Amino acid sequence: MTVNVLMPALSPTMEQGKLAKWLKAEGDHIKAGDVLAEIETDKATMEVEAVDEGVLARILVPGGAENVAVNTPIAVIADEGEEVPAAPPSGERPPPAAPTQEPLGEEGKAQRQADVAAATPQPKETSIAPPPQVSAEPEVPAGTLMISMTMREALRDAMAEEMRRNPNVFILGEEVAEYQGAYKVTQGLLQEFGERRVVDAPITEYGFAGLGVGAAFAGLRPIVEFMTFNFAMQAIDHIVNSAAKTLYMSGGQINCPIVFRGPNGAASRVAAQHSQDYAAWYSQIPGLKVIAPSNASDAKGLLKAAIRDNNPVIFLENEILYGKSYEVPSLENFVIPIGKARIAREGDDVTLVSFSIGVDHALAAAEVLAKESIEAEVIDLRTLRPMDVPAIIASVKKTGRCVSIEEGWPQSGVGSEIAAKVQEEAFDYLDAPVLRVTGKDVPMPYAANLEKLALPSVDEIVAAAKAVLYR
Amino acid sequence: MAGPTDLQSDIILKAADFTREQELAAYRDMLLIRRFEEKAGQMYGMGLIGGFCHLYIGQEAVVVGVRMAARPTDQFVTSYRDHGHMLACGMEPKGVMAELCGRRSGYSKGKGGSMHMFSREKNFFGGHGIVGAPAPIGAGIAFANCYRENDSVSLTFFGDGAANQGQVYETFNMAELWRLPVVFIVENNRYAMGTSVTRSSAQVDFSKRGVAFNIPGLQVDGMDVRAVKAAADIAIDWCRKGNGPYLLEMQTYRYRGHSMSDPAKYRSKEEVQRMREEHDPIEQVRVRLLADGKTSEQELKSIDAEVRKMIAEAADYATNDREPEPSELWTDVLA
Repeated sequence: MTVNVLMPALSPTMEQGKLAKWLKAEGDHIKAGDVLAEIETDKATMEVEAVDEGVLARILVPGGAENVAVNTPIAVIADEGEEVPAAPPSGERPPPAAPTQEPLGEEGKAQRQADVAAATPQPKETSIAPPPQVSAEPEVPAGTLMISMTMREALRDAMAEEMRRNPNVFILGEEVAEYQGAYKVTQGLLQEFGERRVVDAPITEYGFAGLGVGAAFAGLRPIVEFMTFNFAMQAIDHIVNSAAKTLYMSGGQINCPIVFRGPNGAASRVAAQHSQDYAAWYSQIPGLKVIAPSNASDAKGLLKAAIRDNNPVIFLENEILYGKSYEVPSLENFVIPIGKARIAREGDDVTLVSFSIGVDHALAAAEVLAKESIEAEVIDLRTLRPMDVPAIIASVKKTGRCVSIEEGWPQSGVGSEIAAKVQEEAFDYLDAPVLRVTGKDVPMPYAANLEKLALPSVDEIVAAAKAVLYR
Repeated sequence: MAGPTDLQSDIILKAADFTREQELAAYRDMLLIRRFEEKAGQMYGMGLIGGFCHLYIGQEAVVVGVRMAARPTDQFVTSYRDHGHMLACGMEPKGVMAELCGRRSGYSKGKGGSMHMFSREKNFFGGHGIVGAPAPIGAGIAFANCYRENDSVSLTFFGDGAANQGQVYETFNMAELWRLPVVFIVENNRYAMGTSVTRSSAQVDFSKRGVAFNIPGLQVDGMDVRAVKAAADIAIDWCRKGNGPYLLEMQTYRYRGHSMSDPAKYRSKEEVQRMREEHDPIEQVRVRLLADGKTSEQELKSIDAEVRKMIAEAADYATNDREPEPSELWTDVLA
């Protein structure tokens, strides 16, 4: 049996090259791995190695030949003692073309590309996967006993309940155990669950994020606490490259049930490196879910959902809200579905869309506006990915006006996404451009007055709402 | 510290005499990887494999020797020079080759490619494209073993280049602190892409890279599958007994460039030729088998033929398999 040696491609873009010289001559015995020839491209000189054993029976393209197309037969290797005709053996199977079974002309290639484009499934309306369907049943049944607790306590209870429910859930992070949490969110958990399940990590965000991902690949359900999301910047490689992408890269084999949680955004007077809002960053990544609750009840129900979810979930908390008290339903199994927004206040005149602490600002602005007989509807997104776009659109179709509020920077922010969605899906209903109230486009300053100026204010939201109402 | 860091290599080798069956198994498994990689290189040249393709040719003894020392329940994780690890873990050459070709029957349905393949069934956890990332991921798998008290060991591979990444040392610290059952295996093939170890590393003895964390280490002739197996036996036993992590530096060599498009001008042809002629891991086994009269040329030829047939079938399977359905674009984003 004879085997054709083909002109190899040495990079994904190479189409032809120079066959610089032959290092073997006709009649030479060849072992697998022997260097047969040298090939030159515009970038480099490369060696062609033999894959098969035998005798170099024919050289079909002489040394020094220029512009030899990739996949051209350049030599024939035969078994010992085999007769080889002068021309390349006609019975030899042609080399298989890369993705298709038959060679295509230029026209055929163009047609095929068009076919592929036509066959590519497009999710309805946009290139972003639609949010999941969630039930319309009320999250809290009428008559449920409500108890007052802080955001901090609600988060702790959510974790404790899920740890009691599933022995594979554990907490890993800096100061989560002995210290009881840098912000006391994990208070009492070490005492209840022990050091096996409440693990103090060294100050090593990249390392323990990656370690958590490995444990999740192996089937555990880690809750990784970042002391703040500012420090998770060191770990974002594992969050994005390892946690978010592996299910896809493994063809659905390896999922990563992990929660990364901690305070996000500005606290108070901690300046530029400790005050960043990462909502927009994480909400851009397919493979992640991103949650940013505005109150203790949502925080509890959503953190429980996040811990039960089979995907990596980014859970963005807010330090300023930790100590605030809210009514939380006293329910055995209180889980809020991920991906469902909440109407925090109803109104017909303008839609204010926000999340996390921004909802407080929006509600305060709505109070001010109400005194001027403007009824604002406040939508608390709760989940940023998948985003409950239908809830925003339904409200905008009612009000015709929309303002987004976030602490993050304006460029490519969550508000930018909201504005894009609203103009895509409710353009004909808009009576004014969508406006964004955001953090200012500067690193967070330290001085009290400057920090206040850098963050979105109630006054700015009121002004934006009036602007879209032309008042 | 009780780590057996002072073991001499001849003691290891003495402990590592292979039976005829072990020699033959090592020969076959290494040959399978060699032939697979040669075929992959050829298919890359034909445009059937795209993107980055990092071949394992020359390093076969490392993963084969470690696999021989491990149990099927132990987990393997490595970086992007991963084809050999998958084959050693018992993954099907057909599925690996189909993935390299971006076809639907590949291990990742054609969505991962050369650098991103996994098999939960075979306890192979990737296949990771970011240099250094396997270290904490492998330690995390070991953490899960510890948590479940299942006595499995995580075999975590990375290269001499990755050994200079900060996350590796973050991981060393946690692994020793929590006594995680993980063997860190540095495949020192002397070049981090085109930068030689001496040009990139202040401490070129990678077995000492764990000293600051009290992790015992051994420097091993990674071209001798018996030495690899013996060292892995020691390391795995250390981990399995609950002593914490272990570090193995496997001194090895890749014959090919870093990836397919690397002309390898940073080293001499003579250096490559010398390694191939004097240290080839497969040839060493072959010579021993024949010299000891443990086998005949005929028997080795029949193994060669069997391996060639498997590889030819894998290549045929991959080239005739179809590309993924366009609808696969949208699957496996979320679980």
